[in-house]
Amino acid sequence: MQRKKKTDSRAALGFLTPSAVGMTLFILLPTLLAIATSFFNWPTYGDVTFAGLDNYKDLFAAGSQFPAALINTLLFTIIVVPLNLVLTIATAFWVSTSRFSKLYRVLFFLPVVTPSVATAVIWKLIYQPDGILDSTLQSMFGIHMPNLLGDSSTAMLAVVVVILWQGFGYNMLIFSAAIDQLPQDVLDASMLDGASGLTALLKIKLPLLTPAIFFASTVTMISAFQMFSEPFVLTAGGPGTSTVTVVMNVYQTAFQGGELGAAAAPAIILFALILVVTMIQWLGQKKWVHYDQ
Amino acid sequence: MTSNQTTSRASAVSAERPGKNAKARFRPFRLVSEVLMAGVVLLFLFPIVFTFFSAFKSNGEIFAQPPSLFGAEFRWQNFVEVFEYTPFLRFIFNGLVVSIIGTVIVVAVSALAAYSFGILRWRGRDKFMLLYLATMMIPQEVLVIPMFLLMQKLGWINTWQALILPWAFGAFGAFLLRQFFVNIPYELVEASRMDGCSQWRTFSRIILPLAKPSLAVLAVWTFITFWNSFLWPLIVVNDVNELGNVSLGLQTFFGEHGSSWNLVMAASVIAILPTLLLVVALQKHLVKGIATVGLAGR
Repeated sequence: MQRKKKTDSRAALGFLTPSAVGMTLFILLPTLLAIATSFFNWPTYGDVTFAGLDNYKDLFAAGSQFPAALINTLLFTIIVVPLNLVLTIATAFWVSTSRFSKLYRVLFFLPVVTPSVATAVIWKLIYQPDGILDSTLQSMFGIHMPNLLGDSSTAMLAVVVVILWQGFGYNMLIFSAAIDQLPQDVLDASMLDGASGLTALLKIKLPLLTPAIFFASTVTMISAFQMFSEPFVLTAGGPGTSTVTVVMNVYQTAFQGGELGAAAAPAIILFALILVVTMIQWLGQKKWVHYDQ
Repeated sequence: MTSNQTTSRASAVSAERPGKNAKARFRPFRLVSEVLMAGVVLLFLFPIVFTFFSAFKSNGEIFAQPPSLFGAEFRWQNFVEVFEYTPFLRFIFNGLVVSIIGTVIVVAVSALAAYSFGILRWRGRDKFMLLYLATMMIPQEVLVIPMFLLMQKLGWINTWQALILPWAFGAFGAFLLRQFFVNIPYELVEASRMDGCSQWRTFSRIILPLAKPSLAVLAVWTFITFWNSFLWPLIVVNDVNELGNVSLGLQTFFGEHGSSWNLVMAASVIAILPTLLLVVALQKHLVKGIATVGLAGR
């Protein structure tokens, strides 16, 4: 019997339609509209006029918060991503040796599903002068803790701690799952070859984890670029502009200042930034990510 | 816990796994490691534990010197006051409506698309899938401004549909389900078609029942994402008491009663309890979902 090569094109079209229509309407068109908006003077209410590149030029004009927001966002990302990865990988290995590893993974995951507003509010109380950290230091060592959120030199670090705490469980879970799937035969072989614990970790296990590290670093980086709720509630960007992020800048310009066009410009720059960095990650993965042959 | 008990536990472990001699040899080291780890986990969870205890204190006791987890009294009253000041029950109800309807739409639309991407065979399928994946790089922040304009044009500001529809068509769900669907043998589909089943019947009677675990994964994850949303409700909801979710409610409550920390903590407990319970109840599904997505990079 001759086997006819049949394709299901018509059915495929039918099954795909709801998703494709929704995606066109709510993702693709808005993306194009966002790019267009950034070239217009577009108040929430009132007349829309063409502005050319003015919105982009204004971002770097005197008095604009955008440069500070951009630097903060990049700094946040550069601090958060490596710290997050190193800590979560180390903890994932450590927890995998415990007999309670399943329980611990869920416990570490709890902050991930906690609404970020609640996370920020809770940490705000922890950091509060006379709050739990301060009073613990006072009663144990008789010293005051500096008001971390109130000082522009420490506010960002204080926010970073919160972000790390909140995102910790997600990457830990990814690495735990990857560690569980490490091929036992390879590990056994390396042990027979006399690889010690540390050598096995660095030369065998970590390289086998690189696909998970690639995934986790990309996702963590993108979400660090998009940071908003935590600094918004914790510091509202202050003191001064020390914790303003690009997304906060977008939100404030658009929905507190009523300038949608001027707000679309930093949003597009953020988008471009994410695209470029993801692209670099994607192209660079050949150099360090080991995929199964 | 006495060291005696712990030691007997440790030996119980090695008895369970007789093959792992290497681990048993370092028993004292393992014991220290376990104790240390339990301490780290407790420290990590401290902010959540602290929240629960503070929610039942008087405001003064939260700042007591020296600090203590337990207050002199157990004030249920805090919760009564929170519900009196702000309609948190309404926020929970609003969150449920948006999250449940949103989840149903996302799961349905994603399952249909995933059938197309993971089961059916057609020209250009994988290229089209890549295009879908590329849209996941578009951040929500880029979309909020045009989405706001769109909602304005449609007259949807401050409506249920504005909270649900704009975020119900992302590629994430289709991709997640596709990862499960590709493992279903195509012969099953062929057999069903041979028996005269339509594509729809094959989808609804063969594939969907097989895919139940993966649908559950997507449902839990989507529910939590909708439930915890903040930026978009902040933008599109004018009347917090009418349409706000717990995040928005908590932020408003914090703005109005920021100095009554015991009440703020009680409100925070109300905000975090639903997802906390959901995770504890459905941990297996969640864990599996994230592992699948994370390992899909392979």
